[in-house]
Amino acid sequence: MNEKQIKNLTLNFGPQHPAAHGVLRLVLEMDGEVVERADPHIGLLHRGTEKLIENKTYLQAMPYFDRLDYVSPMVQEHAFVLAAEQLLNLNIPERALWIRVLFDEITRILNHALQIGAQGLDLGATTPFLWLFEEREKLMSFYEAVSGARLHAAYYRIGGVHQDIPDQTLEEIFNWSNGFNKIINDIEGLLDENRIFKQRTVDIGVVSKKEALDWGFTGPMLRGSGVVWDIRKHEPYAVYDKVEFDIPIGKNGDCYDRYLIRMEEMKQSLKIIKQVLDKIPKGDVIVDNPRISPPKRNNMKSSMESLISHFKLYTEGVRVPEGSIYKAVEAPKGEFGVFLVSDGSNKPYRCKIRAPGFAHLQGLDFMTKGHQLADLVACIATMDVVFGEIDR
Amino acid sequence: MKVNSMDNLFQQLNEVLIISFYVLLIVGPLLIAVAFLTYLERKVIAAVQYRKGPNVVGMFGLLQPFADGVKLFSKETIIPASANKIIFVLAPMISFALSLVAWSVIPISENLVLANINVGILYIFAISSLSIYGVIMAGWASNSKYAFLGALRSTAQMVSYEVSIGFVIVCVLLCVGSLNLQDIVLAQKNYWFFIPLFPMFIVFIISALAETNRAPFDLPEDESALVAGYFTEYSSMLFAMFFLGEYSAMILMSSLGVILFLGGWLPPFDYYVFNLVPGFIWFFLKVGILLFIFLWVRATLPRFRYDQLMRLGWKVFLPLSLFWVFITATVLVFFDILPNFYG
Repeated sequence: MNEKQIKNLTLNFGPQHPAAHGVLRLVLEMDGEVVERADPHIGLLHRGTEKLIENKTYLQAMPYFDRLDYVSPMVQEHAFVLAAEQLLNLNIPERALWIRVLFDEITRILNHALQIGAQGLDLGATTPFLWLFEEREKLMSFYEAVSGARLHAAYYRIGGVHQDIPDQTLEEIFNWSNGFNKIINDIEGLLDENRIFKQRTVDIGVVSKKEALDWGFTGPMLRGSGVVWDIRKHEPYAVYDKVEFDIPIGKNGDCYDRYLIRMEEMKQSLKIIKQVLDKIPKGDVIVDNPRISPPKRNNMKSSMESLISHFKLYTEGVRVPEGSIYKAVEAPKGEFGVFLVSDGSNKPYRCKIRAPGFAHLQGLDFMTKGHQLADLVACIATMDVVFGEIDR
Repeated sequence: MKVNSMDNLFQQLNEVLIISFYVLLIVGPLLIAVAFLTYLERKVIAAVQYRKGPNVVGMFGLLQPFADGVKLFSKETIIPASANKIIFVLAPMISFALSLVAWSVIPISENLVLANINVGILYIFAISSLSIYGVIMAGWASNSKYAFLGALRSTAQMVSYEVSIGFVIVCVLLCVGSLNLQDIVLAQKNYWFFIPLFPMFIVFIISALAETNRAPFDLPEDESALVAGYFTEYSSMLFAMFFLGEYSAMILMSSLGVILFLGGWLPPFDYYVFNLVPGFIWFFLKVGILLFIFLWVRATLPRFRYDQLMRLGWKVFLPLSLFWVFITATVLVFFDILPNFYG
């Protein structure tokens, strides 16, 4: 009898695919509906951010960080300014630190809202996505209120933040935070105990504690596996040591645990936001240094010195002392780090970015092995990959 | 048949013309209903999601379905180079035609039916089984992996749920004693069948969702995994035909549900006032309610996974409906109220 060779089906998943979350391309080896091997191909959104930053002053490098993970822009700015500030050894005004915490948490909600919505959408539930996007729009108008841009804010500065936040905006944030609970409750009502949702997420994409640590997972991907690790708690930056919040951790390391963690993190962020609104002090928002903060706009119209100061010192940028530093923040997706090498000039010699999504995507193969095609989609969603940061 | 005289020929021609006219009378409103079902779907889902839905074309966006139709008409029909062209074009036609053919036996009101045949329910069952062919032909002829996987899923799904729908129908038939759809409705004069056969009503609704490939069983067209399932490669009118077929199948299944469980055109209570309202209005109202459930479910629930759907079909619904056939038969025989099958 002739032996017949049975070949696995090779499926080209993406980059033009509704569930590919941007430009992910997967080469899938499939045995019917079962995924045998998932091979992610990256680089389709590579823009050479790290190299470009080497030719930009520290101020000019800032906006690149918005464009890495375009779902959580301000947190990434935070990592960069933290690194530069450490090298410069600056003392940041208290109010600026509180504003940063406020916007880090707003960003976290922005990100998790998208993630939970997109995960629902990938599993076929369209409604949470639209409910959460309405909230995202409201949050983005807070971005707009302080920076003028809804998405790529470029609001943080080395030495503080660009402009003070108006009291009215603080009030609006407070009003919004009171209404947001209702949306969270609605989403929980729709998904938490939904049997189909649970069937699709429980025990799907399980990551053990050891695997999570071995593969360098961070953020909800790590906490989902039961590891207590949150940079905000363990290596506090800004004023995270002055606010109270809890770190939710999971037990089974599956998609459902990670979903619950993200929901809880949104609630915790809300708690932090309320504390910030209570405690935020008055005062300056950026250090008074002509190389770091621009002169007052009004002065520049009438005072020659101000104009020269802006033209000569501010645009040239600050010279950062020689040295190297790694600074990480707890981005919504995990540990977002910036490794900065300075040669003493006004431009970074090297800026290496550690993107959490990059580490997570590596785990796709072991997470999906033996799962069905539909579970692969759930796994991509739960990893919360955004190609801006993975391809950089 | 032998035609002897001109008179006889004319008479036959006349009959054909009259039937064609009736067919048009059914298909025309049906297609308009399908068009407005898409509008209704978008409006209902929009309301669930705090949106407005279509509201630009015409008053309240009422002309949106027609705008969509015009758009689909004017698009280029793309046939992939590697596709089997004849089957590729044939598949949506079969799908669409089959979804219309079943309507010939649906009684909209007493005696308001094109063909009052005595095996109506079997006929519908046969037609809805045939509709798998459209799907599997489309998936195979597209020669694309996504379409192929989608077609496989769809076929397996429709076959599985047909089985439980079959048993549900057997339950109803046991209570009626006739395969004629009019008789089934008339048997519900005193009480609608969804009261004694409530579990079967639920099984029927869920199976109808699966049978028509609607959420949460819409995995043949699982957009997050299979792009658009079996009609991934289709565009323009060929795509529209699948679309129309799917929606008219939805209306068909709702009508079937109304006939089997909700007393067809009968008013909810046998009061004088209710009887004043013409039967077809009651019929359409009930169909509307079932259709609303279709849309409501779609806005609320995530999608099943392929194996979970099969498990639900074979391990839950099949035993459950079998068990109820058994119970129904036992009760009917025990209390000696079995209807006369040969009457």
